[in-house]
Amino acid sequence: MTDDNTPLNCERALAEVYTFLDGELTDEKRRHIASHLESCTTCFEAFDFQTELQMVISTKARDQVPETLRMRIAEKISYLRIETRPNHPDDGHGLSQA
Amino acid sequence: MAEPDTFIDEAMEYMPQLYSAAMRMTHNAADAEDLVQETYLKAYRGFSNFEAGTNLRAWLFRILTNTYINSYRSKSRRPVETELDDVEDFYLYRRMGGLEAARSSRSAEDELMDWFSDAEVKSAIEALPDSFRIPVILSDVEGFSYKEISEILDVPMGTVMSRLHRGRKSLQKQLHDYALERGLAEDENSSQDRDGID
Repeated sequence: MTDDNTPLNCERALAEVYTFLDGELTDEKRRHIASHLESCTTCFEAFDFQTELQMVISTKARDQVPETLRMRIAEKISYLRIETRPNHPDDGHGLSQA
Repeated sequence: MAEPDTFIDEAMEYMPQLYSAAMRMTHNAADAEDLVQETYLKAYRGFSNFEAGTNLRAWLFRILTNTYINSYRSKSRRPVETELDDVEDFYLYRRMGGLEAARSSRSAEDELMDWFSDAEVKSAIEALPDSFRIPVILSDVEGFSYKEISEILDVPMGTVMSRLHRGRKSLQKQLHDYALERGLAEDENSSQDRDGID
């Protein structure tokens, strides 16, 4: 991609769609593409679609943590903490390591 | 060295993200739970290696990913590997972008959100081979940068970009296949293709 004022052609703009959306371009390259998108409806719509698709994917690929898992992990870590804590009085609950 | 209590409090905040990623990697809740649990235990045991103030989220994902690759990958059922031949860029847009333009009265964002269910998006990701799936999870779902992904996977950035590119194309093809199955999209031989881009 040229860094001078040569207008970017569509093919080269479209080739950068991912680096653009992922925020991985230099500021200058990003501005170059953004200004192409301002004047080119075709490319703008293609970029817009990809942006939305990315949002759909990140929103829908989510799972809720089962509360039992969270509790189990918190419990195991608390055992580890007691195990590794130096000079701490035994609090008398008789915790034994399974 | 990090303070254990604050370390753990902050680490626990990332559990939903780690769990989602674990689900996509292992395909099933039981293995995902084990994987997440093992990740936290390893993280706790190894926290002296973590430098406070550095990228804890990436550090945790590195443990998760390495644990998955070393212990769980062989266990998970082999997903159907999507054929990658002739999957061009903007695969989904070329075939379904016209759908959006046709219903201009609604916001385009609502449209695309409505096309695919959570289950389909998750399945599509899970159908990817591991080498593409993991970068796609880290980038598209979790928003890590190329550099962070490169560090998490311990591969060069160029490799990250290439796998991401191919993984995304593959993901789009899978989503399109679901759309075809449901009659949301017509197949290649129809005249619905969007011709705006070459």
